[in-house]
Amino acid sequence: METNKRPLDGIRVIDFSQVWAGPYATLLLALMGAEVIKVESRKRIDGSRLSSLTTGQRFSGFDSSTVYNELNLNKMDICLDLGQPKAIELAKRLVTISDVALQNFRPGVMDRLGLGYEALSEVKPNIIYLSSSACGSTGPERAYAGYAPGFASLSGLASLTGYSDGPPFTMGGRIDLISATTSAFAIVAALNYRARTGEGQYIDLSSSESISVTIGDVLMDYTMNRRSRRRDGNHDEVMAPHNCYRCKGEDDWISIAISNDEEWRAFVNAIGNLDWARDEKFQDAFSRKQNEDELDRLISQWTINHTKYEVMDMLQKAGVAAVPSFSSEDLFNDPHLKERGFATELEHPIMGKTTVLSPPWKLSATPARITRHAPLFGEHNNYVFGELLGMSQEEIETLMEEEVIH
Amino acid sequence: MGKKALEGTKVLEYASFVSGPYCSKLLADLGAEVIKIERPGVGDKARERGPFPEDLPHPEKSGLFLYLNTSKKGITLDPKSTTGKKMFLELVKWADILIEDKPPKEMEGLGFTYEELKEVNQQLIMTSITPYGETGPYRDYKAYHLNICHVGGLGYLMPPNSPSLEREPLKAGGHSVDCACGVNAALATVSALYSRGVTGEGQSIDVSKQESLMNLVRVYAVAYANDKVNPNRGPIMGTAAAMGGLKKCKDGYIIATLAERPHWARFFKLIGKPEWDEDERFKDTLAIADHYNEIDPYISEWMMSRTRYEIYHQGQELGCPIAPVRSIDEVVNDPQLKGRDFFVEVDHPEAGKTVFPRGPYVFSETPWQGNPAPLLGQHNEEIYCQKLGYTKEDMVRLRESGII
Repeated sequence: METNKRPLDGIRVIDFSQVWAGPYATLLLALMGAEVIKVESRKRIDGSRLSSLTTGQRFSGFDSSTVYNELNLNKMDICLDLGQPKAIELAKRLVTISDVALQNFRPGVMDRLGLGYEALSEVKPNIIYLSSSACGSTGPERAYAGYAPGFASLSGLASLTGYSDGPPFTMGGRIDLISATTSAFAIVAALNYRARTGEGQYIDLSSSESISVTIGDVLMDYTMNRRSRRRDGNHDEVMAPHNCYRCKGEDDWISIAISNDEEWRAFVNAIGNLDWARDEKFQDAFSRKQNEDELDRLISQWTINHTKYEVMDMLQKAGVAAVPSFSSEDLFNDPHLKERGFATELEHPIMGKTTVLSPPWKLSATPARITRHAPLFGEHNNYVFGELLGMSQEEIETLMEEEVIH
Repeated sequence: MGKKALEGTKVLEYASFVSGPYCSKLLADLGAEVIKIERPGVGDKARERGPFPEDLPHPEKSGLFLYLNTSKKGITLDPKSTTGKKMFLELVKWADILIEDKPPKEMEGLGFTYEELKEVNQQLIMTSITPYGETGPYRDYKAYHLNICHVGGLGYLMPPNSPSLEREPLKAGGHSVDCACGVNAALATVSALYSRGVTGEGQSIDVSKQESLMNLVRVYAVAYANDKVNPNRGPIMGTAAAMGGLKKCKDGYIIATLAERPHWARFFKLIGKPEWDEDERFKDTLAIADHYNEIDPYISEWMMSRTRYEIYHQGQELGCPIAPVRSIDEVVNDPQLKGRDFFVEVDHPEAGKTVFPRGPYVFSETPWQGNPAPLLGQHNEEIYCQKLGYTKEDMVRLRESGII
């Protein structure tokens, strides 16, 4: 049964955040049906409208960024120069008709602007207010600033990621998106609480903590045994083989992970019982781990003769976890993902036809979905100030001239 | 007991290892009542994995298990027998939410598809977390966390600036990727819960780990479709190189993320070159990207003569987004995290005092909780006798026949 209902229908979010972590959090809420109003201004444009922080690609104007589009689908956009008192008043009026406010300024900045939790809960007592920052809004380093690579570095995850003989790897913007998913989860948990009790609340989210919690077991190895684990490529503490192996083709790789002797025997059988694979130094998990480097080399000598898809088919049929390391091109050529409808094409008024990823969940009764492209700069000034706040066209124009709506 | 965000929410967990248990841990720590089903005699696979205190393996002392299963109740049940299946369905009837991570075929074989479970509980929310999703040609394929990292398009990009493309693409450290899938599933679950409060309707949620991961690299994942480029582990160029440089310093690595022009003014001051702020070559971030190579040698040398924490604190005092790459011991001993009580000490009946992170958020009204993870079958009597009405005699027989 087709339905237009979505889980967060009727929820309005006012979004003061920029770049990646905040915007992806509100993107997730917007895919779930929340009405998200993003606040920008000419004085403070979301940097992802201008260039890609990860590839260095530069975009012309404010409205031709694929990165911005990817992170701001379904949202509305207004321009308010928060340096002006009148803009603060308007932001507050918007908060009175919103359910959630989210911001990722450095701790203290919103308070100074008069848009901190204290101020906003006065005008809207049951507001859910999430503040997302590098290190949280308390503690000696609360004022410290950061971006995703910094969160990964502070969290410990960067030191665990990389080749064993190489530098740590901070994983770029994808760290922001983990932090963002955590923010969105916290907000919806708080919405459930509000639905039950009528109470809003303040949520202090630390992005570096949101990454540290994903390596809780590694942190416990230190609290239990005073051991500081380090990066070790694709290897696992126990499982072997556990790596990516070169296949036939250009920069083509297959990941293979084997967790027990049964899977090992299935693997040996699938690759045609090669002599080396029957060597007793590979016959139990302990020995395989002991002789891992040699094992990796021998497996590579086999995989290089086959395409990654051949290896996947052969091994998966035998019950062995083997899948390619997919590039963007691979994702778009993959029959499985195609059947799952993993990408969505939509028309953007400036960029024309663009492709974005579909929502990362399939809900049967109230499916998350993409309703529109990311907003053009200031696209919803008239709707938000006119229809939602009931201001006249003249008033709006005056505020534009005064560069309040700017 | 204070107020809890998800108090009164009843969750049944039929999952093991990392993603599924992490998903329901997030709910349990915010106050949901989570009943975790484990295999009789053996338990969750995470119980076999370390770390263990003093490296002595013990099913009740696995750090991985103790961390991922806080605030839950634990029962044992084998739903494959007729009676076991009946008991499973009684629990489904009790629950608001079922979180499971079994291969789709296995759930179908057991008669536990959403349609079938809905017969028992009209309003059920069922979250299924699987490697490739419930549909499509790969739905029955296997994957461990290594495979998810690579099939989700993340591994192929790692590490950027690779010393050689001849070297293999990489996974992310630890079980981080599985935890990221767990949060993604938890978000969908509480959204469906919110929706149910409004509409009275339950639903099934299909969470593919592959798609969860792809979403984390969404900007790269669509590059081929939009620009016909295929990002790999090659050199980082332009603005990105200038702002995302990992630098070696005296005692390790430091990363400065100078995304906006004002950051550069502060950074120039930090490295003793305030005059560069006035230099035409560095008038905006794009110009800096074009001329970055000219100043990189100086920056590298400056970094090499200082320690990470000198650079971190001095830089941050000036408002520079800069951070040290920390080792695990440094994370645990960090004064900022201590100042925020990030690590909690929890007394566990078998493992003793254990120390691990709390949740990554502080709610002003509804505190996070981290009660000790259950022993294997610890709550059998409470759940089966008090909730489902079985007698003590039943329990003996159920145990002997291997059902619980």
